[in-house]
Amino acid sequence: MTTTWAQRRKDRIDDLAGGRSLTSEALRRLRRDPVALTGGVIIGLFVLVAAFAPLLAPHGPAETFPQLQQDLRPGNIPGPTAGFPLGSDQLGRDFLSRMILASQQTLLVGVLATLIGLAVGIVIGTVAGAFGGWVDTLLMRITDVLLAIPSLLLAISVAALAASPSQTTVIIAVAIVGVPIFARLLRGSMLAQRNSDHVVAATALGVKRPAVVLRHMLPNAIGPVIVQATLTLATAILDAAALSFLGLGDADPGRAEWGLMLAQAQTYLDVRPALAFLPAFAIIAVALGFTLLGESLREALDPKGRR
Amino acid sequence: MLRFVLRRLLQVIPTLLLLSLLVFAWLRALPGGPASAFLGDRATPEAIAALNRQLGLDQPIFIQYGQFLGRILSGDFGASTITGQPVLAEIGRALPATVELSLAALLIAVLLGIPLGYLAASRRGGPLDVSTIMGTLVGVAVPVFFLGYLLKAFFAVQLRWFPPSGRQAVGIDATDVTGLAVLDGLLTREWDASWDALLHLVLPAVTLATIPLAVIVRITRASVLDVMGSDFVRTANSKGLAPGTVRGRHVLRNALLPVSTTIGLQVGLLLAGAVLTEKVFVWGGIGTLLADAITLKDYPRLQALLLLGALVYVLVNLLVDLSYAIIDPRVRLT
Repeated sequence: MTTTWAQRRKDRIDDLAGGRSLTSEALRRLRRDPVALTGGVIIGLFVLVAAFAPLLAPHGPAETFPQLQQDLRPGNIPGPTAGFPLGSDQLGRDFLSRMILASQQTLLVGVLATLIGLAVGIVIGTVAGAFGGWVDTLLMRITDVLLAIPSLLLAISVAALAASPSQTTVIIAVAIVGVPIFARLLRGSMLAQRNSDHVVAATALGVKRPAVVLRHMLPNAIGPVIVQATLTLATAILDAAALSFLGLGDADPGRAEWGLMLAQAQTYLDVRPALAFLPAFAIIAVALGFTLLGESLREALDPKGRR
Repeated sequence: MLRFVLRRLLQVIPTLLLLSLLVFAWLRALPGGPASAFLGDRATPEAIAALNRQLGLDQPIFIQYGQFLGRILSGDFGASTITGQPVLAEIGRALPATVELSLAALLIAVLLGIPLGYLAASRRGGPLDVSTIMGTLVGVAVPVFFLGYLLKAFFAVQLRWFPPSGRQAVGIDATDVTGLAVLDGLLTREWDASWDALLHLVLPAVTLATIPLAVIVRITRASVLDVMGSDFVRTANSKGLAPGTVRGRHVLRNALLPVSTTIGLQVGLLLAGAVLTEKVFVWGGIGTLLADAITLKDYPRLQALLLLGALVYVLVNLLVDLSYAIIDPRVRLT
């Protein structure tokens, strides 16, 4: 019988499984998983470029160049020339610099939005899962309502509240979309912990309630939430791009961000497709990277996968 | 069964009440308050005061909420600040276009997604499976509006196979029956109108279908794998039942249960995707109304769309839950 690709991948991951903690074993499995490695390499590169963006980019994001602008007219945006390897954008700025610098803003928006959503979601989920009763019912009804609004519609309605769109409103709008998802997920796995043996044992030993919740329940319940957060990083970046496309994006011309660049480049798709394609591929690669990482993390943390 | 239906119906009520409270609070968070937001460019101090009186904004907050609920229940969502027309009537006119687009997209996603997911599962680890999974992962990573522009640039502008935008070519005189252009053409036997509408529908529907398709493929695959590993399938196989019988009667029937729930959840994705897709293809449905409302800060319209969007989503999921109980008797017992 021939071994399939998936089987070989599984064998490779399971090879070293033994008597270890779930976390350390999950890490081992991740390191040996080609899917996780692919995601990790993409995200690693992305973070590296973002971290050193100001050093890598030859010019500023808002800097315009007369030698590029003189060839700028409707139906013509100058392509690569000496000193400008990727050519000009629609306003005579260095496209390469903007592509590099945008990695920083895109990462910032994605990570901040996810972290804020995660923080609020964890608080709600912990409180609901730990207290139960009417607190739980009330909080879960509220998350139900937030979940009842299709996610982009929710982000739009939050972003539309701002007098003028800015990076902050984009981050908040995208963050709110994640809150009910994180809260629900954490509450579910907290509830599963409530009557488990180690929690009962800790309570019987006289450990105070807050300590039981924070030290014994939360660490054991957070796994699925972390997986979800990794996946949410991908949707956060895509949602931010969608908001930009609808005119609710960061309006600051001094910043470059892939979503906004993509949204603005749609008009020039037949003049210089690269203006749309490069940011689009960057977004797709990053969203794919986070998704691969999240999916393999989910598999690695699944106790059912252990031998 | 009746008790299950009643209980599920009752569960929807607090959700809807909370939703109305949320939208009510949203109105109060609008820049300059509801009155100036609703009046838009026409917001003079006198007009604001008049509208405040008319909307009851000088009343205590509880009474305001009561009046707000009353207006919504009687279908009064105010007038659009762009066109000055009642918002509900505008939505009614735009609805068929979006329904047609969403139905077409859902049809593509389901008819392609379930067989693909099933095939991937039954050839687990094979090239078809791996490429299908990769395809679904990339599919959800592509920004919807970019995909739309890409398809438009290639198939409409370059190859000229399909029209680039709109729902109807100039010179086509179609009779309006249901508002679903393709269906109308068939009903009235105006074949050219129906064909023209179908050509217009293809690119937007494919664009909108991508993400639901990816989700349905993945759920179907996971669900089929799950059922294939279960004891009753092993029993059925070892009884010597024909493989086709096991596949159709045992595996597929049980595997499709979680898939049907997912299809309900896709409605939310479709609504969100429609906003982006309709903007790309100038479709003129609910999504276009929403996109315009955002650009021009038309808050009465936004409010109505927000409420109705959530309402539709809640109701569709209610229907899915109920149909689930009909398909699977186990659900009723829990």
